[in-house]
Amino acid sequence: MSTEREHDGESEPGRTGTFGDYGGQYVPEALMPALQELEDAYERYVLENEDGFMDEFRERLRDFGGRPTPLQRADRLSERYDREIYLKREDLVHGGAHKLNNALGQVLLAKYMGKERIIAETGAGQHGTATAMAAAHLDMPCEIYMGRTDVNRQRPNVYRMRMNGAEVNPVEAGSGTLKEAINETMRDWATTVERTHYVIGSVVGPHPFPQMVRDFQAVIGDEARKQIREKAGRLPDSVVACAGGGSNTMGTFHAFVPDDEVDLYAVEAGGSSLEIDEDEGLAPNSATLSTGTDGVLHGAMTKLLQSGDGQIMESHSVSAGLDYAGVGPELSHLVETSRVTPASVDDEDALNGFHRLSRLEGIIPALESSHALGYLEEAHENLGDIVVVNVSGRGDKDLETVLEETEKRDLEAAPEVEVFDQ
Amino acid sequence: MSDEDRQPEGGDPRNDERGAKRPASDTDASVEYDSDVEAAIRGDHPALITYITAGDPSLEDTKASVEALDRGGSDLIELGLPFSEPIAEGSTIQAAINRALEAGTTPAGFFELVDDLETDAPLLVMTYYNMILQFGDEPDVRPFVERAAEAGLSGIIVPDLPAEEADPLREACDDNGLDLVFIIAPTTEGERLDTIMSQVSGFAYVQARLGTTGARANVSSATHDSLARLSEYDVPKAVGFGVSEGDHAAEIIEAGADGVIVGSALVDIIASSRTPEEAVDALEAKARELKRGARRGATDVAADAAEDPPETEHP
Ligand SMILES: Cc1ncc(COP(=O)(O)O)c(C=O)c1O
Repeated sequence: MSTEREHDGESEPGRTGTFGDYGGQYVPEALMPALQELEDAYERYVLENEDGFMDEFRERLRDFGGRPTPLQRADRLSERYDREIYLKREDLVHGGAHKLNNALGQVLLAKYMGKERIIAETGAGQHGTATAMAAAHLDMPCEIYMGRTDVNRQRPNVYRMRMNGAEVNPVEAGSGTLKEAINETMRDWATTVERTHYVIGSVVGPHPFPQMVRDFQAVIGDEARKQIREKAGRLPDSVVACAGGGSNTMGTFHAFVPDDEVDLYAVEAGGSSLEIDEDEGLAPNSATLSTGTDGVLHGAMTKLLQSGDGQIMESHSVSAGLDYAGVGPELSHLVETSRVTPASVDDEDALNGFHRLSRLEGIIPALESSHALGYLEEAHENLGDIVVVNVSGRGDKDLETVLEETEKRDLEAAPEVEVFDQ
Repeated sequence: MSDEDRQPEGGDPRNDERGAKRPASDTDASVEYDSDVEAAIRGDHPALITYITAGDPSLEDTKASVEALDRGGSDLIELGLPFSEPIAEGSTIQAAINRALEAGTTPAGFFELVDDLETDAPLLVMTYYNMILQFGDEPDVRPFVERAAEAGLSGIIVPDLPAEEADPLREACDDNGLDLVFIIAPTTEGERLDTIMSQVSGFAYVQARLGTTGARANVSSATHDSLARLSEYDVPKAVGFGVSEGDHAAEIIEAGADGVIVGSALVDIIASSRTPEEAVDALEAKARELKRGARRGATDVAADAAEDPPETEHP
């Protein structure tokens, strides 16, 4: 990896909530006082542990959330790649993904702030599920916006949200994925901002969300850093995580950012191709860090999939949770300063990653996480002797999609599909 | 209102500069205004400000629609430059933006339309920040502002650009003689309100209610609260978000606004008309109704303040 790093070893946003050239607060005026209120609450409760907020958060993460999650040595992957592969098992967090870390933090914060109602957007449904669970756990009414396409491809999560008492509002606009769900949630928030907290599901959006969500997710990397030292006796050579908005990515990387000897790889969805179709306004991928350009979307300056005119592209990924035309501003900054290396894995290699981990290790990963595993297959020779891969979630929610997509292809790692049909 | 004491006490030194920089308008020989936008809103008081989305359903239709709104008595016309993620818009304008994008509306085409337009009412562009940033080869606000000035636009409104992030755009607007209009929300209070009001140029866009754009059946009580809060600032105030009828306009002017802003109700007309001719006639008639309503609202106000006599509809 490049040795030329301008990175200063930390990436706290400046006074206006920026990471280098990225971040900021590009939102309708009506929301600005709420962002100020949130920033104050974040500083007091999260950064200064006022009223024991962080103590309560950690206790709930442990007792309700099931933390800490293990860092497991993956024996057969280690053998296959001839190096030490460790899996950070976020699939074992309550709800089945890292998303609960953030959702629990924000719903609890909303409660400390005296808000009466929770809203959230969701792509894969994982964040919506986590938010619905946290809201039920903390007794807050909750509404979730979800694109129509995602409602259709993530039905188990839609049921889970409703079982936890949340209302699910399908969003018909555009391609019916995460981008449209965020737009609609922002509209709700702009209408109800005085009593409602918007639980943003990734390290995206206006300041202070990118920094605050990262801090709630940083528990992943904090644990992993300690665990790898105990198990391997030293820090890893590289850390690999998938990136949609980038919350499991930043959560896993944050503790390692100052460790210059540890290489960090953010794996995005390559979809079916890295080419874009300008005329149709379509990117058949969600590889924002690799192919995006700087612009403003959903409250922040960051890298985006956009046309030359500035229209946001419809993105694509086989995995709903990575299907987003933007990415967190801090990740954009870390890529721009060469601290994080962006990579992408296409739909097919992600599906192979899914089947491979299921068969070799008995762990069924989320399709999102499968991109990180696909990258391991492709790039392991460059990743050093000790590699930590974040398994951001479990794949139960994806079984319908995986069956359908596997049937269409001749996947080297997949079992015979007919087995399932009999 | 007198023009000299438009700033509340203290004030930002930037404002003196702002005022000094602008050429005085020649619409009214007896009063000097900071810009043609301010002249329009203060001049033919109370003002009607109309909005439609450029390119809905085509740029050619937009030309005819804008001319109809101008004939109908609009004092300022806002043209929406469509952006794919209009987070501040309700379903009506969101749909108009989708139609315009499907019709292939681009910033280049938008500016060509503006090059072509000859209206009495000054024109403003309303668009999202990313559209402004991406106009040149590199993300930068200047090429857009320069092109806007060249096309003859008088100002810019950006619903996702709060005052905190506005310095680069404000400087570019100042250098090119354009007004940058800020939105005042029902949640804008205290120090924020002071700061924003001291930076407003042209007029303050007073958001009538929380939420997104969209025609409503009545005037929100938030409007009255907001106007009361703003009464101490001698900056022109126009109220938008939800205004759809002459009666609303009357009520809003009576409550102390200098102008009303109407968008979704006009976009509804465009969407529901069967032919372009029908749309043009209906837009002109709607503008007249709104302007008449606004004047009616001013009549009552004028009863107390004799300096602003009601006028009758000009043909
Ligand atoms: C399991 C899992 N991993 C990753 C992601 C992508 O989000 P992020 O990049 O914020 O971690 C999601 C999103 O829903 C997810 O469910």
